[in-house]
Amino acid sequence: MKIVAVTSCPTGIAHTYMAAEALEQAAKEAGHDIKVETQGAAGAEAVADADIAGADAVVFAADVEVRNRERFAGKPLVQTSVKRAINDAAGLIAEAEAAARTGGAGGVLEGAAAAGREEAAMETASRPETKVNQGAGLGTRLRQWLMTGVSYMIPFVAAGGILIALSFVFGGAEVANKVNGGTFEGVTYEKITDFSKLVSQAGWPGLMFFVGATAFSMLVPILAGFIAFAMADRLGLVPGIVGGLIANAIGAGFLGGLIAGLLAGAIVLLINRVKVPKGMRGVMPVVVIPLLSTLVVGILMLVVLGQPIAAVSRGLTSWLNGLSGSNAVVLGVLLGLMMGFDMGGPVNKVAYAFGLAGLASGNLKVMAAVMAAGMTPPLGLALASVVRKGLFTKAEREAGEAAWLLGASFITEGALPFAAADPLRVIPSSMLGSAVTGGLVMGFGNTSRAPHGGVLVIGLISKPLLYVLAILIGTVVTAASVIILKAAGRRESVDVEPAASRQATAS
Amino acid sequence: MADLITPDLVDLDLSATERGEATKSLAQRLQAAGRVTDLDQFLADVRAREAQMATGIEGGIGIPHCRSVAVTEPTLAFGRSAKGIDWGAADGPAHLIFLIAAPEGGGAEHMGILAKLARKLIHASFRDSLHQAPDPEAVVSIVKKEVLGQ
Repeated sequence: MKIVAVTSCPTGIAHTYMAAEALEQAAKEAGHDIKVETQGAAGAEAVADADIAGADAVVFAADVEVRNRERFAGKPLVQTSVKRAINDAAGLIAEAEAAARTGGAGGVLEGAAAAGREEAAMETASRPETKVNQGAGLGTRLRQWLMTGVSYMIPFVAAGGILIALSFVFGGAEVANKVNGGTFEGVTYEKITDFSKLVSQAGWPGLMFFVGATAFSMLVPILAGFIAFAMADRLGLVPGIVGGLIANAIGAGFLGGLIAGLLAGAIVLLINRVKVPKGMRGVMPVVVIPLLSTLVVGILMLVVLGQPIAAVSRGLTSWLNGLSGSNAVVLGVLLGLMMGFDMGGPVNKVAYAFGLAGLASGNLKVMAAVMAAGMTPPLGLALASVVRKGLFTKAEREAGEAAWLLGASFITEGALPFAAADPLRVIPSSMLGSAVTGGLVMGFGNTSRAPHGGVLVIGLISKPLLYVLAILIGTVVTAASVIILKAAGRRESVDVEPAASRQATAS
Repeated sequence: MADLITPDLVDLDLSATERGEATKSLAQRLQAAGRVTDLDQFLADVRAREAQMATGIEGGIGIPHCRSVAVTEPTLAFGRSAKGIDWGAADGPAHLIFLIAAPEGGGAEHMGILAKLARKLIHASFRDSLHQAPDPEAVVSIVKKEVLGQ
């Protein structure tokens, strides 16, 4: 078995290397190949992309964030503390074996890797030799920067969006006015200024609303900050987050945040290029770069770019809100095609980010369509693998069992095992079903206040019965389509399976 | 580059019974050898690292360490305690204490030596030979041989 590992600790001079040595020893004893990247003070020699691509399992023994973890995306992962690796490396290697066997259910799934994961999963599935980082074209890197920002933003969307939605469920539609003041159905509420009275005046739903709204107010700053972070590491955070806050303040929204983040990252990278005398080098990251980059981003956002972006952003929002009838259905179909195309890959992510942008600007329909369309590919394939078992390998049927749950929870990646094995038949089927569902949801006019969760958040979706119907129809379309395509494929190629060979004789 | 360890940085009979004391007595050796310029600063840095997560590991080892502006050269001070000192490891007290001092912003070459040292700590044979070392000179030659290949 081949394993790749990253070790990393706060100081980077002791545990990082001890853990690496312990893992190397344990892997050797168990007869495995291991490549360890020590992200410590002596500088990290990166594990080659080819090694990652060929690895059966990934081990992170780290007490601090693993740098560039998106490179390992899609691999079965065992994650633990650096100390655990030192004390029990053999146990850890055994866990890695288990993760490799089970395909690492819940593998590199969480946190920072969210963005890169699907991408790399797709890319490793279709093209083992990827050049995700080094030497990647500007387009690829741009996409990775944006997706890093989006992946850090998603937890804020989830926490804020669901809290706000629940506050409406429990507190009624007037809850926002109870907190922020204003008139609702003839009753005028005062804005709450003394937060010790938040619960007594607006109730617990009011509190949930306020907490959710606070989380929501961080969407754009976090997006901008982590786009810049992806480009320029931690020095990017300050100008990025400040740029995002300014984007919020001037009403430039999501789009403003994207641009602020890219600007901030680019400015830090530019300043970093300036050669400074040795004596200055110490103060550059501590004072000079944060100061200069933040000021420049602030000036650009406020004086130069802010207003045009705000105007475009307003236009986009009103266009979205104004969409109705057949236009809305077309948008739903388009988003569905995107969601079904690469099942968690970059195209899917673009559609998802569009849904988030809608949610952030108060349009709840796009999110509903995107979520439903993202649920049908795994569900449809799971259905197909049950209805026509003979068309699927044993591994695919097992993947199908998991795909029910994954699909129902809006984890489109559940369809990946099928797509990787047979992309030409699976991807069109998946796109078709998602497109039908996306169009239906836009046509029904469902809304979703939750950015994620699938059936788990069905309570936050309007007209839930129609919504479920749309998902069921898309599921059946995908299943039928993939069965037809696969059966046709079988007939052409002479197969060992009796049923298929009978068909071959018959035709 | 100065030696990673010298005989006067070795204490084979640590009298301290507590983590902070033991660290301090080894740190004083670093200071006396001119490897640490500001004892208080250095100890504060070590404590800060220790507070993040105790550095004791299974097998009776404690590795207090830090990167500090008060450190001039990457240096190892080594202490041995027959009674053992609690270093936060689950399986009992530490008998071998490695106080690793790294200069802030040390170059890759410096850090590479400490990385090699850390890797050696995992090996039972390395630990055993340090347990059995009869005098400070023996410790120095073991470390030099194992870590630096000299």
